[in-house]
Amino acid sequence: MDPSRSEPSGQSTAGPAAWRREFPALDAPVHGRRLAYLDSASTALKPRAVIDAVVRVFTHQAGNVHRGVHALSEAATEAYDAARDDIARFLGGRPDEVVLTSGTTGALNLVAHSWGRAHVGPGDAVIATALEHHSNLVPWQALCAERGATLRIAPIDDRGRIDLEALAGLLDDRVRLVAVSQLSNVVGTIAPVAEIAALAHAAGAIVVVDGAQAVAHLAVDVAALGCDFYAFSGHKLFAPPGTGVLWGRRALLEAMPAWQTGGEMVASVDYARARLREPPHRFEAGTPNIAGVIGLGAAIRYLATLDRAAIARHEARLHARLREALAGEDRVRVLGAPEAAVVAFTVAGAHPHDVATIVDREGVAIRSGHHCAEPLHHRLGADASARASLALYNDDADIDALIAALARVREVLR
Amino acid sequence: MTERTRGDADELYQATIVDHDRAPRNTGALIDATHHATIDNPLCGDVVTVHARIADGVVRDLRFEGRGCALSRAAASIMTTMVRERSTDDARRLAAAFEHFVQAPPDAAVPDDLGELHAFAGVRRFRSRRVCATLGFRALLAAIDRGT
Repeated sequence: MDPSRSEPSGQSTAGPAAWRREFPALDAPVHGRRLAYLDSASTALKPRAVIDAVVRVFTHQAGNVHRGVHALSEAATEAYDAARDDIARFLGGRPDEVVLTSGTTGALNLVAHSWGRAHVGPGDAVIATALEHHSNLVPWQALCAERGATLRIAPIDDRGRIDLEALAGLLDDRVRLVAVSQLSNVVGTIAPVAEIAALAHAAGAIVVVDGAQAVAHLAVDVAALGCDFYAFSGHKLFAPPGTGVLWGRRALLEAMPAWQTGGEMVASVDYARARLREPPHRFEAGTPNIAGVIGLGAAIRYLATLDRAAIARHEARLHARLREALAGEDRVRVLGAPEAAVVAFTVAGAHPHDVATIVDREGVAIRSGHHCAEPLHHRLGADASARASLALYNDDADIDALIAALARVREVLR
Repeated sequence: MTERTRGDADELYQATIVDHDRAPRNTGALIDATHHATIDNPLCGDVVTVHARIADGVVRDLRFEGRGCALSRAAASIMTTMVRERSTDDARRLAAAFEHFVQAPPDAAVPDDLGELHAFAGVRRFRSRRVCATLGFRALLAAIDRGT
């Protein structure tokens, strides 16, 4: 497609209605009804720019990357490398600090297995916050168990905000790493990453940020955040699944050993040994997800054509409406005090799975369960929750549909 | 995607299921239980524990506890009412028949030996929810097979 179609140059191409038109998944009715897609925190829908880019790869850029000298390989390599440049600009980092992974989980496991094994030893400690998704908790549990280290959990208050004083109290000279999500995937609170980074650095620890939820909603600038690693997934940023990014400080990446080995990540090999390439390639063994990464570059370029401030205002207004509408519903309890993008809630007398099944029949897509954050649910006194989450393509009709569907839940479950 | 209508939700949450969800039978611990098993549903974190007193190949008493959705609670509740004083072989046959029933296509004939479990006909239109309906029976089978 021609990216200029999406430029905010006039009323017809700017604003929520125009943004919606770029997402063809919204055109198809679900169960005979208009789709209210309120599950973007699970995975975001894809704009035409991304769909077209992926089709273009398999149509015109179908070669492997960094291997061939023929035309299709060169076309693929050019588009693939350009995507890394786009990602670096998006994060405020350098292309040689951008490691392409399979997702946030792959990125965080890379830090745990490579940096973690080299720097965390017996008697050391790692801190994760009580908010963390399993992908930013279980790798640290496994690392600590393997290395004889201790995992410390930084507590939160009932609103879902990190207790900075308590976190500072956990920081001593045994702490090597602090893991924190920038935007909670359950309670929707925004972590004070820059303050946490300052505290951690003063204690000699590094900071790893899970940006999976944040990238689609908050401005991300790794320099301003002051973090040492930043991980996110392409599929929550309107790009294909199976793509992800680990941004890391160049000096840290250079000192890190390889985790997975094989082709692509070696400079030269004989039968006895291999000389490894410099980062980021050292951490990118094997043929990558070529179409996915090029699709991620297309997603970032698509977002660059939009007015991000206008998107932020639109999402903030909808989020306030969603939060207030749910809080005003009979028998509904909102978890924590959400600040952006997501609202998790429970309905007294109705299990979240039953809620999600019934509202689905009204065309409303929400998530139910513990959203890969089981300890956080227990901390908040819930076994599970329903979760509505927003993206730029949502509108007031989506929220109205959810609220109307909740009345239907009460009717069906009587 | 299977075409569905909002009426499917009414078919799924039949009065029998809502009743057993609101007032589940035979819940809690069983002091003289001989067999126990706990099964998780990793999809949602739901968990069902079955306690059974089994003697001479007969399920003399049976209770369940845990947390779950209306479907898993109602199915476990109905199960406890149907399996008491039946042989473990009967319990296995019922579990297999129920599993077969919920995995069948939505329009398949309904077998006539499932008692109140007939109420689960609607779950055949809800692929992701079949696992909820069978959680209790899987816990019972695990208890019979290996739980002491």
